[in-house]
Amino acid sequence: MSEPYFSSLKCRECGRLYPKKAVHVCEYDFGPLEADYDYERIKSVLTRALIQSREKSMWRYRELLPIDGEPTVGLQVGFTPLVKADRLAKALGVKEIYVKNDTVNYPTLSFKDRVVSVALSRAKELGLKTVACASTGNLANSVAANAAAAGLDSYVLIPADLEQSKVLNSLVYGTKVIGIHGAYDQVNRLCSEIAGKYGWGFVNVNLRPYYAEGSKSMGFEIMEQLGWEIPTHTVVCMASGSLLTKIYKAYHEFIKIGLVPESKFTVHGAQATGCNPISLARKSGTDLIKPQPKPNTIANPWPSALRRTDIMRCGPWSRRVAGRRMRRMRRSLRASSCWPRRRVFLPRQRAV
Amino acid sequence: MSIEVSIPTPLRNLTNNQDTVQVSGNNISEVIEQLDVQYPGIKERLADEQGNLRRFVNIYVNGEDVRFMQDKATAVKDGDEVSIVPAVAGG
Repeated sequence: MSEPYFSSLKCRECGRLYPKKAVHVCEYDFGPLEADYDYERIKSVLTRALIQSREKSMWRYRELLPIDGEPTVGLQVGFTPLVKADRLAKALGVKEIYVKNDTVNYPTLSFKDRVVSVALSRAKELGLKTVACASTGNLANSVAANAAAAGLDSYVLIPADLEQSKVLNSLVYGTKVIGIHGAYDQVNRLCSEIAGKYGWGFVNVNLRPYYAEGSKSMGFEIMEQLGWEIPTHTVVCMASGSLLTKIYKAYHEFIKIGLVPESKFTVHGAQATGCNPISLARKSGTDLIKPQPKPNTIANPWPSALRRTDIMRCGPWSRRVAGRRMRRMRRSLRASSCWPRRRVFLPRQRAV
Repeated sequence: MSIEVSIPTPLRNLTNNQDTVQVSGNNISEVIEQLDVQYPGIKERLADEQGNLRRFVNIYVNGEDVRFMQDKATAVKDGDEVSIVPAVAGG
């Protein structure tokens, strides 16, 4: 790529522009910073044919990802299967259903490889030597593995009582694991307070404007794999809310640059009963999301401390899923040969 | 009366690069007012024209989020630790 297609970081609150450094919030109102793209230029170069001529990875959409040059980390990440699940559709009484199976992502079998690839590619462009993250497991594994492959030093900060199996998965890559006495929210807050102090790149803190954009690649792939169209309904597990909002953004970006026709679509968020702060906030008509410090669910989600995010703009809406129903759905997915670790899609029309 | 306030990186250009400062006050509103006296310009970064905390600003008193207490009216006392933290998003 000769000239980057993103020129700066832009505050989502006030629109102020910032240089493309390791910063994540606006100095004036603390609004989150987001990559600002030149869509007109992208529209003039990025075609379906060009995308299809490239390697089957998330980087085939590189013009819409926030790096200056060629990607250097996680070149094999993405382009995971979109599985048409006919038996599942029949079991659920819907016409057509697909499951985006990111459990086969490379190298750590989760969608975190997407976001980490972008964050670390950008970290290398910024000359950072050490990367880090706050995590409850999957992100730690991905940072550890991709940093090792990229020759970067890494630290992962986790709640001290995290399951040993998850800790071991990170340790095998040679990362430094730091256990913090506290819940994930507290670990995350600590990282936010120390980001910048040591000159490290925290992928989900000061590298977040780059990191978060990696999630868009899942939306890009879904549209391409469906034959360049947007599914009527997309159901996404909520987690931190970032994946949902970025899939939504991906759909709008493809419309904007003319790669898919404009159509009506809805992105739904799902949260497990026992850890559904966003769903509860929505139902009570508030945008103040109260963390649930002691989640009680078989899902293993994050007890969100998100506040008033773009999630509210994504449309109707978040549903809670009880543990018993979740087990029943898992059985249905097994019967359909689709066993997603992270996503269950429950549409009425064509959906993902 | 002295309260220790942790200053986040985006605001340190207003506090001569100090990451913690000492102020006085009986509640969060007074702490912010006092911060603005010592470091002019800091109040408008934290609060809107009505004095309400901006939506992406988190303030903690001894680790507790003031939004789940009395918000800007949350009481503080000598020795308390107040942290100003940009809104954190998940992994």
